Order: sequence, then C-alpha cells, then structure tokens
Amino acid sequence: MPSSTVLIPPHHYLNDGYGIKSWLLTRDHKRIALLYLASVTFFFFVGGAMAVLIRLDLATPAGDLVTDETYNKLFTMHGVMMVFFFLIPAIPSVLGNFLVPIMIGAKDLAFPKLNLFSWYIFVTGGLFTLYALITGGVDTGWTFYTPFSTVSSTTNVIPTALGIFITGFSSILTGLNFIVTIHRMRAPGMTWFRMPLFLWSTYATSLINVLGTPVIAITVLLVAFERVFHFGFFDPRLGGDPVLFQHMFWFYSHPAVYIMVLPAMGVISELVAAGCRKPVFGYPFVAFASLAIAVLGFLVWGHHMFVAGESVYSAMIFSILSFLVAIPSAVKVFNWTATMYKGAVSWDTAMLYAYGFIGLFTIGGLTGLFLAAIGLDVHVTDTYFIIAHFHYIMVGGTIMGYLGGLHYWWPKISGRLYNEALAKLSAGIIFIGFNLTFFPQFVVGYLGMPRRYHAYPPDFQVLNVLSSAGASILGVGYLLPMFYLMWSLRYGRLAGSNPWGAVGLEWTTTSPPPTENFTQTPIVTWEAYDYRAPAEGHVA
Amino acid sequence: MLPEAAHHPHVPGLAHHFDNLEQQAEATTLGMWVFLVTEVLFFGGLFLVYTVYRTWYPEAFAAASHSLDITLGTINTAVLITSSLTMALAVHAAQLGQRKLLMLFLVATMALGLVFLGIKSVEYYQKFVEHHVPGPSFHFEEPQYAVHAQIFFSLYFLMTGLHALHMIIGFGIMTFMLWWAWRGTITAEYYSPIEIAGLYWHFVDIVWIFLFPLLYLLGRHAH
Amino acid sequence: MSAHILPKRLYYTIFAILMFCTYLTVQIAFFDLGPLNTIAAIGIACFKATIVILFFMHVKYSTRLTWAVVLGSIFWFGILIALTMSDYLTRVWRTFG
Repeated sequence: MPSSTVLIPPHHYLNDGYGIKSWLLTRDHKRIALLYLASVTFFFFVGGAMAVLIRLDLATPAGDLVTDETYNKLFTMHGVMMVFFFLIPAIPSVLGNFLVPIMIGAKDLAFPKLNLFSWYIFVTGGLFTLYALITGGVDTGWTFYTPFSTVSSTTNVIPTALGIFITGFSSILTGLNFIVTIHRMRAPGMTWFRMPLFLWSTYATSLINVLGTPVIAITVLLVAFERVFHFGFFDPRLGGDPVLFQHMFWFYSHPAVYIMVLPAMGVISELVAAGCRKPVFGYPFVAFASLAIAVLGFLVWGHHMFVAGESVYSAMIFSILSFLVAIPSAVKVFNWTATMYKGAVSWDTAMLYAYGFIGLFTIGGLTGLFLAAIGLDVHVTDTYFIIAHFHYIMVGGTIMGYLGGLHYWWPKISGRLYNEALAKLSAGIIFIGFNLTFFPQFVVGYLGMPRRYHAYPPDFQVLNVLSSAGASILGVGYLLPMFYLMWSLRYGRLAGSNPWGAVGLEWTTTSPPPTENFTQTPIVTWEAYDYRAPAEGHVA
Repeated sequence: MLPEAAHHPHVPGLAHHFDNLEQQAEATTLGMWVFLVTEVLFFGGLFLVYTVYRTWYPEAFAAASHSLDITLGTINTAVLITSSLTMALAVHAAQLGQRKLLMLFLVATMALGLVFLGIKSVEYYQKFVEHHVPGPSFHFEEPQYAVHAQIFFSLYFLMTGLHALHMIIGFGIMTFMLWWAWRGTITAEYYSPIEIAGLYWHFVDIVWIFLFPLLYLLGRHAH
Repeated sequence: MSAHILPKRLYYTIFAILMFCTYLTVQIAFFDLGPLNTIAAIGIACFKATIVILFFMHVKYSTRLTWAVVLGSIFWFGILIALTMSDYLTRVWRTFG
C-alpha cells in the first residue's frame, strides 16, 4: 500500500520511545532537530526581549529608560543572542538536521552521536552566555572590538567569549556532519544534480561553517587570554594592533552572514518550486550560485573596516570583491522570479513568506551594494543605515525563510496541519510590522543617526517612534505562530504524507516519518522538482 | 526494523545507519579530514598573528627566538618525526591484521609523544627561570626589544601550548586505540579507527614542522 | 580510503628524508642569507609537510575528494594570510594626492 494513503502511521519517530531520556539520549536526527527547535526558540525570545527594551528606550530622544551602560549591554546581548544563538544555528540545525538525511534517502546523518553532542555543546555555550547576561551583561557590542573588550571594559567579556567559543564547535561539527552525509550517504540514483536545492545551500553553508568558525574560535580565545594575561596582540601600548582583531573577527563574521542567509535561500528554492508546481528555473545556476556565495563570501571581510584604519589599497580590493559577491545572490533572485513566471502560483502561508523573502532580501542586498562603495560607506557607516541593511537581510530574509520553511515542513515534522487563516494573518502582521520597524531606520540612518546610542536629536523622533511601533507589531506577529503551531500538535487536522502535493523524497514517506525515515531505501529515478509526473509516482 | 535488516547479519563494527563497512570507512575518513581542515584554520589564526608581528618587529623576534634552546627544539622535531613513522607503521600493522605489532607501534608512538611533552616541559621551565614568561615578571636582556619580544614569547607559549594540548588529546586517542587493539576490535577488515587516529597524529606533527623553524630558527646567524 | 598497503620500506625512506631535511634546515639557519633564510626555512617545512601528507597520510593514493579537501584547507589559509597582509604591507604606501 503506498505510504501516501496512510494518514498517520502507527509507528513513527515521535512515539518511538517516551520519556525525557528517550529525547535527551536520542540519536535520531529528527528528534535532535526538535531539541534545537526548542533551544533556538528560547534564545530568540531572550534576544527579542533585549530588542523590546531597546525600541522602548528609542521611542524618546533622551536616553531615559535605562542608563548608558545598561543600553550598551542591551544591544550587545541582543546581537550576541540573535547572531550566535539564533540566526546561525536556526535553519541548519532545525530544518537541516530534520531534512538532510530524508532528502537524500538516508537513515540518519553520518555521525548521529556527534549530532547529539553538537546539541549539548550548543546548549552549554548558550548557558555560559546566559550566565554572563544574568550576572551583569557585556557592553562591547557583539563585535567585541579591541582594545575596549580586552583592556577597558569592566563587564563579563570572558564568559561571553567562552560561550561563543564553545557554541562555535556545534556549528563546526554540524557542518562536518552535513558535508560527510551529503558526500557519502546519498541513496542509489540520488546524484548531485538530482538533489533538492535546499541541500546545495546546506552544503555550501556547511563549507562556510567548517572553514570560518575555527577562526572566530581562536579570535575570541585570544580576546579572553589577552584580558587575563595581557599578551598585547591587540593593545597598542604593548606593540599590538587593534585592527588585527578586526581582520580576524570579520574573516569569520562576514561569511557568517552567508551562514545565516544561504540556508534561507535554500528554503525559498523549495517553497518556490512547490508553490508554483514547477522546477526551479536554471537549477545548475542556482546550485553553483550557492557555492559561489560561500567562496566569494570569504573574500570581502575588509568592507567592515573601511574606516577602521586598513590601507586604502586593501579597501579597494575588498570593495571590488564585495560588488562581485552580489552577483550570485542576484542570480538566485532572478531564477526564483523566472520560476514563478507561468507557474501555478499558490498563496499558501509558506509562499507568502517566500514572496516576502524575495522582496525584502532584494532591498537588503541592494543596500549592501551602496555599502560596498567606499565613498558612500564612509558616510553611512556606524549609522542606522547599516542596522536597517542587515536587519532587512537577517529578519526580512533569514527569519522569513525560517518561518516559511517551518510552516511548509510542519506537517511532515508533526503530522498535523496548522490553522491556515491564522497563519496567513501572522505572515501579514510580520510583513507589515517588519517594514514599519526597519524602513524608517534606512532614512534616519542616512540622515545621520548613529547606531549604539540611545540619545538622539529630537528631529529623529518621528522616525524612531514609527520604528518602535513597528517593533511591537512584529512582536505580536512572532508570538502568534508559537500558539497556533503548538495548538495544531493536539488539535490540528492530520496531514498525510504529502499535503502540498509537492515533489521530493521527504513527501514520499509518512507524516511523521518512521525513525529510519523510509520503510525501504528509496531508489531515485526522477529529476529534482519533476512536477510532470504525479507525486505518487515517486514512491520507491 | 527494516525488511532489509533481515538480509544483513550483524557485521562487527558496522553502525546501523551505514550500508556496509566500506561506506562507513569512507565516511569516517572524510569526517576526520574535514575536522583537520578546521584545525588548519584554527592554528592558522595564530600563524596569522605571528606573520603580522614578525613583519612588524623582525629584530625583536630574532633576538627573542635566539633565546630558545635550539638543541632541545631539534631533538623534539626528530622525536615527533619518529613518532609519525611509528604511527604509519602502526596503521600498516593494522591493515595486515598484525595485532601485537600494532600494539607495539602504538605504544612506541605514545612513548615518543611523552618524550616530546617532557622536553617541552623542560623548555617551559627554562623560560620561566629566565623570566621570559609574559606577565608582571617578564624581563628581556636586550631592553630595546623587550616590549616586542614579549609579543614573541606570548606567541611562543600560545602556539606551542595549543600544540601540546593537541598532543595530549592525541595521547588520549592513542590510549583508546591501544585498548581496542588489545580487545581485538581492530582487524584487517575494520581498522579505520587506527587510520583516522593516524591522520590526527600526523597533522599534529605537521603543525610542529612549521612551528619549529618559525619559532626556533630566526636570528641564529646574527648572534 | 583505499586498501592501499604501502611497503614499510617507503615509510623508512620518507622518515630518512624528513630527518635529513630537519638537519638541513637547522644548518642553513646558522648562515646569514638575508631573505633567503625565511624562504629556505618555510620551503623546507612545506616540503616536509608535503611528504608527510602524501605518504604517511596516504593522500597520494586517496580519492580526488581527499585531494580537494587538503588543497582547499591550504588555499583558505592562504586567503586568510594574503588578504590580511594586503592591508599590512600597503599601509606605508602613500595615498593618492
């Protein structure tokens, strides 16, 4: 009996063992994905709480909600939590962990025990950083620039640095796991160019994780050591160069933004194909664009340092390379748009997030080109223009991709359907709230409002109030899915194995899948996104 | 249980999510190589710091390097190279199913590792006595180079210390390998743990192959 | 990973070459060759590392994927050094005008 006619199988990964030990000692990549889902959601709301306080303080021109020192701690912890404990792990460790083995037809990742260990490392690092937050916070900015972070700051730099150091290994080991799995565990017939594009993006992300994270690891370790032992690598009084820290920090942290956005792009490829019932236009170009972004992303870090003291000549090199890195991203946007052309375009929730992503990522990406031009960057660097730029990509891009993917694969993960009307409403609230929050920041930044200050000239208040109002709407939008997704676990309609009628190995197995993912190892004979044949024809 | 499992009798050493030992061996080897890539970039950050400050302070670095004991450094280099030989021979013995020889070469590798760490301790003690340890008690004989020599010694302790930590971890890994060899877990069909332990050990040797000239061989001719 | 079992003789030969290179690099260090000192030291170290990788780590007999991984790691380390040094080495150059 084809698995697609069974609404819910009697045995699946969620009822394969009960009790907390069966979750905390699991080796099942699907359960580990849910462990990550719980942790990243927790850290997201911690970072979100910081954002609420920031936007509250910024509603008035005077810095009157908190002291200057506390404000420094708020934006630092917001950045640290959101970057290292939400944006970097979210899509790879939640959606990637769940989907990578299923999408290639394997029973699990290459190293299941290492996968569980990665989660424990992630949580340990997070707890270190939470400890730093609770016992007084850090005030250096998430960028830890020296020599303030190594010499002058009197806050909890060391536990935060150690927390980031520990968590970095979670990224490294997850990336390692994905690379080996994709190379060595594809099912018979699953060639590289038959893989869903989500896997190409995940693979490219994993390359960045493996190549870049070790450098931030040694960098934060050096910050901690310098604080304790006063080595002098970044201290001018001891012959050191503070800009060296920035080189090392940004060598990772620029590619890190591609760790954050590439998986979201992978999700969008899946959503667009399913939502338009068409193969993604120019599949090889999108696949190679993912690799190109990963490679080129390592060559541009100096564009964060145009005013820091790097030489004009290296600034010019980094500037030109930064223009180049926009090209593969643009290729993807063109190809998704071309996919939608003459497609059976759907307006399901997941598709709403995909359209939101394409528009907002484009705006964020184009403003990145402004910043790649040295002359313009000198004017807007360290203003709210930069903040708006990266929030358009991280929130308008990555978080939209994450939510879209979460909705799209929710039936597969849980076996249930969520309330579509509520979901569409939340997507709309998020889109409106997001734009109201961050578009005014482009304007106020260009007009000269600096970042990391909570006091500003009264002329900027209207725009700031708009932004804070938007933030409250955005917050509501983020809370709603928590409720209706949880509600669906108990009361949602049973989904069946392929509620969207999509093409992909994950839709040929039951919802939820069995622990070993498939009752029989699939043998793949069809191309990716082969919507000409009916979905049932893809059951092995 | 999968219907296919009925056709696969339990193969010793085969994890259930792999199809066969060959796939498992290929996966674990690739996994170790990818891990070594991360180690290249991890140590690479320190080599970058070294490169920058060596470029900025060549005389101070040469003077500081000259104070290191080149005899002990050279002996340690020879010790590590020999340990790589014994490690390669251990893998060779494992491939041929020669259990006793495998254990012998593992013990030899571990012993040489201990010799290396012992000599390193002696060197660290020497630096301590000479007040070359960065910090409040630091004192360098040539005062015009003192500030920048401290950067050299900071790098010396950081880089060799991180290297020594990796050697200690390698010693722990070898202990596990020795135990598995003794228990008979390692056979001519299933020896990939030894192979990947060997890859790790050789990598640690390679790091030292670069540390030795960069730290010990500057400025030997000038004084 | 191939089941390529290399003859022990090869390992002893590589060992001898490594020891000789160590002796060589130490001896060269005692002569003042100017910039050639650094080039020789790094060059010999690279050669030693290469033969350890090719023979002790079996890369010469490994898959193209292994080669890609090894070369990729060296290349990425190269990016880190080259682009950072492109800043440090050009700071003393005068700016335009």
